[in-house]
Amino acid sequence: MSRLSIIHLVSFILYVLFQVLILKNAVLFHTAFCFLYIAFLLSLPVELERMWLLLIGFVLGAAVDVFYDSLGLHASATVLIAFLRNRWLAVLTPQGGYDNNAIPAVSAFGPQWFVTYSVPMVLVHHSVLFFTEAGGFDYFWDTLIKIAVSTIFTVLVMLVIEFIFPRKRL
Amino acid sequence: MGRIFLFIYQHRDFFTFLLLEVLCVWLIIRNNEYQGAQFFNSSNRMVGSINTFSQNTRDYFALRDVNVSLSEENIRLRQALERYHQQEAQANTVQDSSLINRFDFISARVVNNSTDRYTNFITINKGKSQGIEPGMAVISSDGVVGKVRMTSQHFSVITSLLNINLRVSGLLKRTGHFGTVQWDGADAGVVGLNFIPRHVKPAVGDTIVTSGYSGVFPEGMMIGTIEEIQLPDETPFYELKVRLAQDFRKLSFVTVIRSNLLHELDSLEQQIPDMKR
Repeated sequence: MSRLSIIHLVSFILYVLFQVLILKNAVLFHTAFCFLYIAFLLSLPVELERMWLLLIGFVLGAAVDVFYDSLGLHASATVLIAFLRNRWLAVLTPQGGYDNNAIPAVSAFGPQWFVTYSVPMVLVHHSVLFFTEAGGFDYFWDTLIKIAVSTIFTVLVMLVIEFIFPRKRL
Repeated sequence: MGRIFLFIYQHRDFFTFLLLEVLCVWLIIRNNEYQGAQFFNSSNRMVGSINTFSQNTRDYFALRDVNVSLSEENIRLRQALERYHQQEAQANTVQDSSLINRFDFISARVVNNSTDRYTNFITINKGKSQGIEPGMAVISSDGVVGKVRMTSQHFSVITSLLNINLRVSGLLKRTGHFGTVQWDGADAGVVGLNFIPRHVKPAVGDTIVTSGYSGVFPEGMMIGTIEEIQLPDETPFYELKVRLAQDFRKLSFVTVIRSNLLHELDSLEQQIPDMKR
């Protein structure tokens, strides 16, 4: 099993703070949200056990929820993608398999792979999030637009972060 | 029996996942309905102080707007006071002091605010120790803001008028008909006014104020002006769009209103079982 280090803890805190202090105020045109914090979950080592992913996902979502006054909302969406992540990674296994201690990053697998990896994850997360928040399908089209635009926004910011801070193996 | 445990152990990821999701759903439902004091929200002290820091930074950018609106409010209050003096000079009537002091006002600063979600909340920097209780009305210098949802010692969370679950009784000032103001989750500057019957003739630009029926909001608090009028053929009511007087994205200071006669009103109306508000 890949080890979680103090660096992960620090980046967890940074992701949450960045989310609730800055990105919370950066909503474009009243529809495009950026929930960058899930990038933390998506960037954890490939080999990390799913049990850890689920627990981290829950804590991460709940931490964001506390600041958004929506306890359970972000947590449920994040736990879902934590559950799906490793299966999706298995589907995307490059030829020859993953190296030991591989991390799903642009620096390791290239931007095209990264987009294929992150877009469905972000899409699932945002869909659960926005439909739960709307309390069902009453605002179907509005919500659908929100999901689409926010997914693009979140993935773009994730890519920018990947390019500014290329991650090496920890 | 052993095989069941083996099965659970083999699929422990899935069961953990189920467990966590059930926990989340339970939290969401409880968070929607449970009105009491809760720890895990922005009225928590640590979260509140981080939000205060965040809002402090934002306040610098809003200073100009705040100054303008405060000075405008000052002028309005001066005029109102002056009118009051004039009236008092003319009609020297005896007034019931409990009616005059029907409402108390508590000023507070916004430390956290959202306008982009379907269920928006506002956190302010006053709480139980300043006498704020759940259910109190919240206004700003420009108009209605919302209703206090829960309080902690030093912070309170307010259900914003921009919350699809909040309904406020609104009055069409020109004609005197009343309806229900409710947000439709789309535009942060516009709310809907429902239940205005067909025979009324509303016009674009008409003022909508609070009716005061619920006893929570004082009568005649500004909500907004009619922007769009629709009258679908089959429905008995108009569908009105109201442009809010308060720009919720620029909210910095609010006033919480304590209604001193609310309990009296409630206990009177409770004696009639069918009277639901």
